[in-house]
Amino acid sequence: MVERVYIFKGFERFWHWSQAALIMFMMLTGFEIHGSYALFGFEKAVGYHGIAAWTLIGLWVFAIFWHLTTGEWRHYIPTMEKVLVVAQYYSSGIFKHEPHPFKPSQLNKHNPLQRLTYLGVLLFVSPLIWITGWLYLFYGNWMAWGLTSLKLEWVATGHTIGAFLMLAFFVSHLYLVTTGHTVTAHIKAMITGWEEVESSDAANAQAGTEKSLNNQPWSPS
Amino acid sequence: MGLVSLRRSAGCVLAGLLYLFVASGVVADTKPLKLNTTADHSKFKELQREFQSGPDVTKACLSCHTEAAGQVHRTKHWKWEFLHPASGQKLGKKEVLNNFCISIASNYSACTSCHVGYGWKDASFDFKSEENVDCLACHDTTGIYKKPPGLAGNPVVKDMELPPGSGKIVKGIDITKVAQKVGKSSRDNCGSCHFYGGGGDGVKHGDLDSSLAAPDKELDVHMDATGLDFTCATCHKGSSHDVAGSRYTPTAMDKGGAHMRGKDDKSNPATCVSCHDAAPHKQDARLNNHTGKIACQTCHIPEFARGGVPTKMSWDWSKAGERDAEGKHVVRKDAKGHIIYESRKGAFELGENVKPEYFWFNGDVNYTLATDKVDKTDGITRINWLGGSPDDGKSMIWPVKVFRGSQPYDPVNKTLVKPHTAGNDDTGYWKNLVWDKAIEVGMKDAGLPFSGKVDFVKTEMFWPITHMVAPKEKALACTECHSKNGRLAGIAGVYIPGRDANSLVDTFGWGIALFSLVGSVGHGLMRIASRRKHEEKENG
Repeated sequence: MVERVYIFKGFERFWHWSQAALIMFMMLTGFEIHGSYALFGFEKAVGYHGIAAWTLIGLWVFAIFWHLTTGEWRHYIPTMEKVLVVAQYYSSGIFKHEPHPFKPSQLNKHNPLQRLTYLGVLLFVSPLIWITGWLYLFYGNWMAWGLTSLKLEWVATGHTIGAFLMLAFFVSHLYLVTTGHTVTAHIKAMITGWEEVESSDAANAQAGTEKSLNNQPWSPS
Repeated sequence: MGLVSLRRSAGCVLAGLLYLFVASGVVADTKPLKLNTTADHSKFKELQREFQSGPDVTKACLSCHTEAAGQVHRTKHWKWEFLHPASGQKLGKKEVLNNFCISIASNYSACTSCHVGYGWKDASFDFKSEENVDCLACHDTTGIYKKPPGLAGNPVVKDMELPPGSGKIVKGIDITKVAQKVGKSSRDNCGSCHFYGGGGDGVKHGDLDSSLAAPDKELDVHMDATGLDFTCATCHKGSSHDVAGSRYTPTAMDKGGAHMRGKDDKSNPATCVSCHDAAPHKQDARLNNHTGKIACQTCHIPEFARGGVPTKMSWDWSKAGERDAEGKHVVRKDAKGHIIYESRKGAFELGENVKPEYFWFNGDVNYTLATDKVDKTDGITRINWLGGSPDDGKSMIWPVKVFRGSQPYDPVNKTLVKPHTAGNDDTGYWKNLVWDKAIEVGMKDAGLPFSGKVDFVKTEMFWPITHMVAPKEKALACTECHSKNGRLAGIAGVYIPGRDANSLVDTFGWGIALFSLVGSVGHGLMRIASRRKHEEKENG
């Protein structure tokens, strides 16, 4: 039996898709700036990359505000619980047509592996890209800021490492989108907000995490 | 109220019209007024007479401009000598040699046609002489003032045969007219020597040739004859006859910012920064990120020799000396009629619209002098070389014309030599094509030893490019440098996005991206396969 659960709210979906578009565009322009190919031409690529960066910064201001005021940030609190079960599902259960051991809900959108991955992106990849990106943007101010011994090479290399990690995340993310109840279930969820989940015995698997989340004062009743 | 104010304003308009009428009447009554100077020299009684020679004119100039000669005496234009404050090297045209016509020693009468003086025909020239200062070289406005080589800096005042015995008559100029029409220095004045350095139009510099006498905007955005119309002195602004800007102590990095009136600013006024400041890009401020490491000239002078006048790029003296079947000198020209071989000079390569080479440059220019040891086995001898490194905090990336050549040297004493080239005598190389005699005379004149043996050594000279500034639309596009094999491909010590990448990071980065892709595809294929099996099982 298939159950429909409302997972992603309007702003969240807007945030996801606009951010996705910006990041894809920034990878496209960024790797051109890096010299990997010629598409827009260096000058335009740099211009677009900068505009996209400032747009993303603006988007993040809203996204951070939204996460903090709604308490949605708690979806990124890491948990080791069921990590192995979920990992086992993706490495073997999925091939045996077993149901997903995790059932997402409004209170608990992300499975433990997702939580860890997104947190990793948030805590490591994003800051790396953001900090180096800001330094890159304000290269002309380094002297005034007293960053006399900083080298563009280090900043650029750090930014590139971040970009590659983001690219690897992006590729895996695109694939994992297809691993829902049906191939299009996850992407539909991110478009409509409603996720289709198999309701057989998945509820048991979900119970543990839900309990902990239910105790939170911010939980909607 | 309304009527009163209307009347009042009507009155104002009438008064205004009346004023305009009267004022224009006043203007129509006066003679044309010169506004670019307070003195019309043609009206000066000191100049109302026939002049017989250059010094004759100078004496008249000095009767009013009492300090002028003394001021000129202090300059490189007069002394052709420069003591480098840092290296201690004695430089200046009198001392250095180059890989064009090599050296002025023993060739004074020819070379000093570009001296701001009269009569420097040998080493005994009196540098204290006031009347031998040539005012007209820099202040002629008629364009008829010429100083042909061979006359030690004197103009031809009466028709004469030059060179003597050649049968060629050079017409005398009306030096009185020249004297009466003196004025501020123009591009033509400076250009009469600086456009022709190296012995011909555009030969030496590449960014200075006769096309700059009246350039269009495309060739030089500042000197554009129908636009900003800068003279040389607009940038090379000096006082006391001392012209700013130097090839011996150039300003590679100007940290001073734009000059300000009233501020006691001793820094070079001929730099770009002295007007434009160090952050001149207003529309695209990102470009200002470049100004800490890249000289303005690097992007804003995309090519030199852009005005239709080719510049010499190489000069091989070792090929000189050919004679045809009748024993005469040989001259060969290229398809465009430019000389590429002359028996008296050797073989040349010319270039137009030449992309410069680029180097870190901190303003230090060092010279190999005729007293310095040179070894052919060292490869190429750099007659001058530019100091600079990415890390010294004083260097910028500069465009440079590198002039390559091969020229005579003394393989026994291991020095470059100063041959006697020009001269209508028995030892001048340009007449007789005999090296050892020519070098012996030249070295003797310079007071230097010569073994009598002659060999040739490969040489290079470095000429930073700073003129022929293109309009901003024609500045270098980003990808000229931000690409793998761009113009700055050989420049070390700077990270250029688009050119540089850490190969380890790239390999690792594309590796994990590929790993993700392969993993995803593999995982997906296994899912498809397992689904088929599952469906078969369910159906079966």
